Amino acid sequence: MKALYFAWLRERVGLAEETIEPPASVSTVGDLLRWMAGRGENYAHAFERPEVIRAALDKRHARADATIAGASEVAFFPPMTGG
Amino acid sequence: MQKEIFDAGAEAARLAKSDRSVGAVVSFVGYCRDEDGRLAALEIEHYPGMAEAEIARVAAEAEARWPLSGLVAIHRFGLIAAGEPIVFVGAASRHRQAAFAAAEMLMDYLKSKAPFWKRAILADGAKADWVEAAASDDEALRRWSEAKR
Repeated sequence: MKALYFAWLRERVGLAEETIEPPASVSTVGDLLRWMAGRGENYAHAFERPEVIRAALDKRHARADATIAGASEVAFFPPMTGG
Repeated sequence: MQKEIFDAGAEAARLAKSDRSVGAVVSFVGYCRDEDGRLAALEIEHYPGMAEAEIARVAAEAEARWPLSGLVAIHRFGLIAAGEPIVFVGAASRHRQAAFAAAEMLMDYLKSKAPFWKRAILADGAKADWVEAAASDDEALRRWSEAKR
């Protein structure tokens, strides 16, 4: 699946987007957040506080218990500060 | 979603002219503050595609909730200098109550649910940290789910 990163997550990861292939054991957004943190030093830094990270599946807000099955795009970002 | 500056007056006038039944237009413009001279600009990042989809979703919710004859939301991204407008929300209706409420709800959603992130560019040109979300913005948003019509 395609992964996108925004704001300080993008800066810490060092990429705006990439393709990821999580193992079958990763079934929810929460699982994915934990798995991402284990992908290397920059990811560990970016995902060190999963409770402050928001996620979207196929451009819709998704909670930690949302299943990732069938999603082709996941995005990770800090709480939004628009307006 | 656009980089360019918008004309808030022209947008509000267009809403007023959209329909002869319009009796009220409420418009809101959010500007980039200079924070007492410390801030030169804001850099706004957004999630293309999702930003449009989220705003359209909330606009549809507002249209289902109040009798509106027009609803407009404009949000800029990129570099925005202090003093420039960032966001425009306008709502037109037969009476003022619906227009005020719809504009306020749309604005509350834009603040904490639409995928935009701000970072300050300081007066000396240095990039500051990303702006942190305010808890008061989440509280403002909760009113709309608790107080259904």
